Amino acid sequence: MEQAKKAYLLLANGKVFEGYSFGAQGKTIGEVVFTTGVVGFQETLTDPSYCGQIITQTFPLVGNYGINGEDFESSRSYAKGYIVREWCDAPSNFRMTEDLDQFLKEQGVIGLYGIDTRALTRILRENGVMNGCITTELPEDKTQLLQEIADYRVASAVEETSCKESQPFPVEGSKYTIALYDFGYQYSIRRWLNRLGCSVVVVPPLTNAQEIKELHVDGIMLSNGPGDPADNQAIIANLKELAKTGLPILGAGLGHQMMALAMGGETVKMKHGHRGGNQPVTDLDFGTTFITSQNHGYTVTSIPQEMGRISHVNANDQTCEGVRYTVFPCVTVQFHPAVCSGPRDTDGLFREFVELIEKTKEDAVCR
Amino acid sequence: MPLRSDIKKVLVIGSGPIVIGQAAEFDYAGTQACRALKEEGLEVVLINSNPATIMTDKAMADHIYIEPLTIDTVKRVIEIEKPDSLLSTLGGQTGLTLSMQLDKEGFLASHNVKLLGANRETIDKAEDRQMFKDTMEEIGQPCIPSKVVENLQDGIDFVGEIGLPVIIRPAFTMGGTGGGIANTMEEFHEIAENGLRLSPITQILVEKCISGWKEIEFEVIRDRKGNSITVCSMENVDPVGVHTGDSIVVAPAVTLSDKEFQMLRSAALNIVGALGVEGGCNCQFALHPTSFEYAVIEVNPRVSRSSALASKATGYPIAKVATKIAIGYTLDEILNAVTGTTYACFEPAIDYLVVKFPKWPFDKFVYGKRTLGTQMKATGEVMSIGVNFEQAMMKAVRSIELKLDTLSMPKLAPHTDEEIHGLLHNCDDERIFVVYEAIKRGISLDEIHRITMIDKWFLSKLQKLAQMEKGLSEGELTQEKYLAAKKNGFLDSTIEKLSGQSCKDFHRSASFKMVDTCAAEFAAKTPYFYSTYDEENEAAQFVEENHSGKKKILVFGAGPIRIGQGIEFDYCSVHCVWALKEEGCEAIIVNNNPETVSTDFDTSDRLYFDPLTPEDVDSILEVEKPWGCVVQFGGQTAIKLTKHLQEKGVNILGTSADSIDAAEDRERFDELLEKCGIPRPAGHTVFTTEEAVKAAEDLEYPVLLRPSYVLGGQNMIIAHSEQDVVEYMEIITSGGLENPVLIDKYMMGTEVEVDAICDGHDYLIPGIMEHIERAGVHSGDSISIYPAQNLSQKIRATIINYTGKLARELNVIGLVNIQYVVYKGEVYVIEVNPRSSRTVPYISKVTGVPMVDLATKIMLGAKLADLGYGTGLYPHADYVAVKVPVFSFEKLHDVDVHLGPEMKSTGEVLGIGRTFEEALLKGLSAAGYKMTGEKKGGVLITVRDSDKQEIIPIAEKFEALGFTIYATSGTALTLNSNMVAANTVRKLEEGTPNILDLFEEDKIDYVISTSSKGRKPMEHAVQMRRKAVERSIPCLTSLDTANALANCLSQHRGMEDVQLVDITTI
Repeated sequence: MEQAKKAYLLLANGKVFEGYSFGAQGKTIGEVVFTTGVVGFQETLTDPSYCGQIITQTFPLVGNYGINGEDFESSRSYAKGYIVREWCDAPSNFRMTEDLDQFLKEQGVIGLYGIDTRALTRILRENGVMNGCITTELPEDKTQLLQEIADYRVASAVEETSCKESQPFPVEGSKYTIALYDFGYQYSIRRWLNRLGCSVVVVPPLTNAQEIKELHVDGIMLSNGPGDPADNQAIIANLKELAKTGLPILGAGLGHQMMALAMGGETVKMKHGHRGGNQPVTDLDFGTTFITSQNHGYTVTSIPQEMGRISHVNANDQTCEGVRYTVFPCVTVQFHPAVCSGPRDTDGLFREFVELIEKTKEDAVCR
Repeated sequence: MPLRSDIKKVLVIGSGPIVIGQAAEFDYAGTQACRALKEEGLEVVLINSNPATIMTDKAMADHIYIEPLTIDTVKRVIEIEKPDSLLSTLGGQTGLTLSMQLDKEGFLASHNVKLLGANRETIDKAEDRQMFKDTMEEIGQPCIPSKVVENLQDGIDFVGEIGLPVIIRPAFTMGGTGGGIANTMEEFHEIAENGLRLSPITQILVEKCISGWKEIEFEVIRDRKGNSITVCSMENVDPVGVHTGDSIVVAPAVTLSDKEFQMLRSAALNIVGALGVEGGCNCQFALHPTSFEYAVIEVNPRVSRSSALASKATGYPIAKVATKIAIGYTLDEILNAVTGTTYACFEPAIDYLVVKFPKWPFDKFVYGKRTLGTQMKATGEVMSIGVNFEQAMMKAVRSIELKLDTLSMPKLAPHTDEEIHGLLHNCDDERIFVVYEAIKRGISLDEIHRITMIDKWFLSKLQKLAQMEKGLSEGELTQEKYLAAKKNGFLDSTIEKLSGQSCKDFHRSASFKMVDTCAAEFAAKTPYFYSTYDEENEAAQFVEENHSGKKKILVFGAGPIRIGQGIEFDYCSVHCVWALKEEGCEAIIVNNNPETVSTDFDTSDRLYFDPLTPEDVDSILEVEKPWGCVVQFGGQTAIKLTKHLQEKGVNILGTSADSIDAAEDRERFDELLEKCGIPRPAGHTVFTTEEAVKAAEDLEYPVLLRPSYVLGGQNMIIAHSEQDVVEYMEIITSGGLENPVLIDKYMMGTEVEVDAICDGHDYLIPGIMEHIERAGVHSGDSISIYPAQNLSQKIRATIINYTGKLARELNVIGLVNIQYVVYKGEVYVIEVNPRSSRTVPYISKVTGVPMVDLATKIMLGAKLADLGYGTGLYPHADYVAVKVPVFSFEKLHDVDVHLGPEMKSTGEVLGIGRTFEEALLKGLSAAGYKMTGEKKGGVLITVRDSDKQEIIPIAEKFEALGFTIYATSGTALTLNSNMVAANTVRKLEEGTPNILDLFEEDKIDYVISTSSKGRKPMEHAVQMRRKAVERSIPCLTSLDTANALANCLSQHRGMEDVQLVDITTI
């Protein structure tokens, strides 16, 4: 580890952090964000919501238990870069198959280690998320590179991370089938639905209402995903149509934000977002607070009264964490319910969703 | 809903004396609880028998009873104070057990007292082995195959079912007392029998031994709405099999993937929910190292040692939050005091690694059995924070005060590789050092893992340290090498020692990072700091941004709790901080002990959680540039820094380094005494065994031997023969001798102790204390009486005079503790310590003289005459106070319980009464002696020849009380020929039946045993006393203690006959 090549992080504000290279080598530009999660680096690295971003881990020791074949949240890492204080070259865990460095190399993710990640986090906290560049060759004259950094924008992230064709994930003897809209979904959403006895069909983001009807699904799950929700106008238009199907809908992350936009709500970019496994969310209907896993840089700020109400808020900063719609059977949340990595305190949402499906069916029969 | 409107007056039960398994963490928890209650405007009533605590301070509660923690006493306090509620979960196992007992008896209901913090069902479900198992089964949480048994035969049958090895855990005992692992049926017999006896409900759990699994803990907080969070995860470096209190622990858990982590976290939340805990709870799990199989080991539905650690490791004040929950608040209503903007309903995110390292008493108890198992043996611990494991571990190692600066233990160096390999099998206090040595010898990590089951992650980190050490000792030192070493926690002095090269050109001071509960996600208002080697220095920024213009003063804490340096010094440090704040100064604490009030984030203006070595301290000095610093309240740990600080030109407040040296340096001290015309027992200073033997002959036996510069009489003995001197010198010189050994004539007189405050000219003596035990028993182990009862006016005047002379001559500015021996009508000085002492908290409380407060003001320049407490001897209080030591012998195998000049007690209790007799009765009751009830049992007496005449009247008293007297042949002969009827019994070595049979038959209530030789576990007398301790039979090894006990029993009064005292009214 000591002989590693020097590497640098150049931030949009001109600040340089000098560290060492690991993982893939070369130059990468992305939006630099930090996550406070202590465990779950493999899940973080494979979470498509990080598409276009350079991830900084605030916990200083990363890769302690290595990479295993089972805990992926998507087929690959969409991260633009990975920054840690120290990576573990002698990981220890019974499921481990390789170490972090090898994994990043395979995935082509450029890594940087040996920097003061807390100092970086403090910059991001004070200034908000910032673009940056990891490179092994820092030019003397940084003007051009800084321009490149300034010009960078996470674009077409949903397109990049979502599937092009639908794919079924059946469960034997399943009671219901759920269409999972893939905006860059995490595998664990599908796994949880399967575990609750629901068959899942993962569908591309622009699957329309007619196609959904033909699939004979009992409910719709809108997944998480990367980027600015407002970038996805076609999807948002499609969601308006989906709402009319009357099918119960559960949304998370990007799905939650886009549904809000579809229903006339608003979103804004946050200063440094919420990323980590310790975000407290209060369910205003029940008055209870849960610890949730989150990864988002945008937040819903309003929902038209006639459409629904904000039902969950972040206990730290009171930002919107969930909406219960009144005009159609839909609940959306900003956090990742029971998604890996992170706490599983809110897995009840999936159960509620299944109950909602049940109830909607009963109501339909009664009518 | 905020505060419950039906709560106005709350009773808090403390945890009593410091014993192994229940230490300072409960003063920390109790103090936080009392403050949280008072913050809400509630009236607080406190009962705790431990006078050295901060929680028993007048500022902490409205009514304070330093009384025995017995069910009857607590009942009386409830009757007197009529509280409407009782907070049960902040006083350790002691407080909880008492609360439950009161509840079960219906006493609380009949007195309209609500139980806060826990309900009976929760506690029973968590503590009753069978109910716990049933509850876990109900919610599908796996337990280890086990069975609760109430007799030996059932246990044997069950072992037949599940096979050996098994673990035995007695029900309702603290710190796992009486438990153990049995590998053979013989061991099972012994441990099970012992466990059954020690369990108050004669119940043990026999369970399948899962040694070698990972041990993971979660600290959970839950409120009545069901909101629950985990504050912290912790992973034991030592796998299952070693008590978590004896394990090196890291936080957060590091070798678990998210799946395993969330599995256990969810399990912890489920368990806490199922138990209905409202407050803090500790959940311990065993996790199979190569599968997802796990088992719930234990759940503590109360604030515990682990929660103190979790609090300090994260900045999350568990005790405070638990208290607020108990009185009605929910997590989302309680503000996070560190950030000041977020709420307690969140999970701290940490961006560093914490290492906890236990402090064991084996440096004192050289013959103690060092094996670690299910019974805790550590007296204290240190915590260190680093940005990586290596850094944190290196800090921990130098904080633990074993004279180590790396994991290389010099005494292991001579062993061959084979021997080291063999030593890996010993699971004892030195295992981590053996593992390190094994790595250095090139024994493979796989092999070490196979033997120790320590996770390879830890082993590979240790290997990195070993490589670093090797790298430093080879080739030239470069800037890069130097910095890498610093980032791995090496001190400059260590680097120089290893490389043989100077660090001068490379030197860099540490910078500091914050503990802020949130990994920098939010700005923090009251953070604390730890050192690291990065560019950014958050402490420097913080200091600049929060510039107050006040005088900044650094207060050095006392490090880990150990025998001889206990909670008293934390009391003093904290009081000093409070006084400094009151005087308009900015007070900054440096300490490394997670169990204490001093390391609470809001005690001082700023806290540095770092080791107390010169180099560590230098970096703090550079950042803070304090106006002055205080060393005299942090015990020997802080005093040791004096010389260094003086060399650095730091303004040391109070008594100067030169004065401290004058008191400790034998020759200078002798000169001083001569100048003052004060006598002391004749003595010499020696370096070698030959010198020692010669000096002893010269002085004539018995002589007292001790190293200079120690506290708590470490390695101090009375030698009666040349053989004793030789044995002693061998032990003391084995670790390399820096300072000389002092050898004095031993005078068997009355020991008197004085704490005084001096401003360089005037002095104030709050009180003179007299010890019940004659000189020779360490003052910390003596029963001490305030005010002295048996001193003539002349002696008293002499003592006052000497104290004044010494304080003035030494130019003491602050506190001084002086020990005298009164021998044949003359007063001799034994020792002068120009610093705070063990007795300061108790004397302050009994006399009402706020000693630390006054001393602090004097250090800042005030004069005694202006402080309103007068000068000279302070008038006697209307009360007599008796301090009685408390020991943890039942937890330390092979340690001789015989009292001597080396301190052995872990804690103390206080009895306060109108008369000496009342106070003694309370003190002895609080220390656990049964002072009431039928006296039909027996007393076993076996004393050395020199005590034979003196024992006669004492035996007579016990006989008159109705006890049957048993004695070994020599003692029996003396007694019988002096008209005291004694039954002769055989000694252990004289065949059967013997003393042990008497023990077995439950015939003995007290043992009075003195012997001229001791310490070594193979001595029969030592073994006999051990057997007595193991059977919970009080063992009196000083005739003075025995006599006092007999006198006390002869009063025929019980606790019910004496008045309880609210010390706030003194």
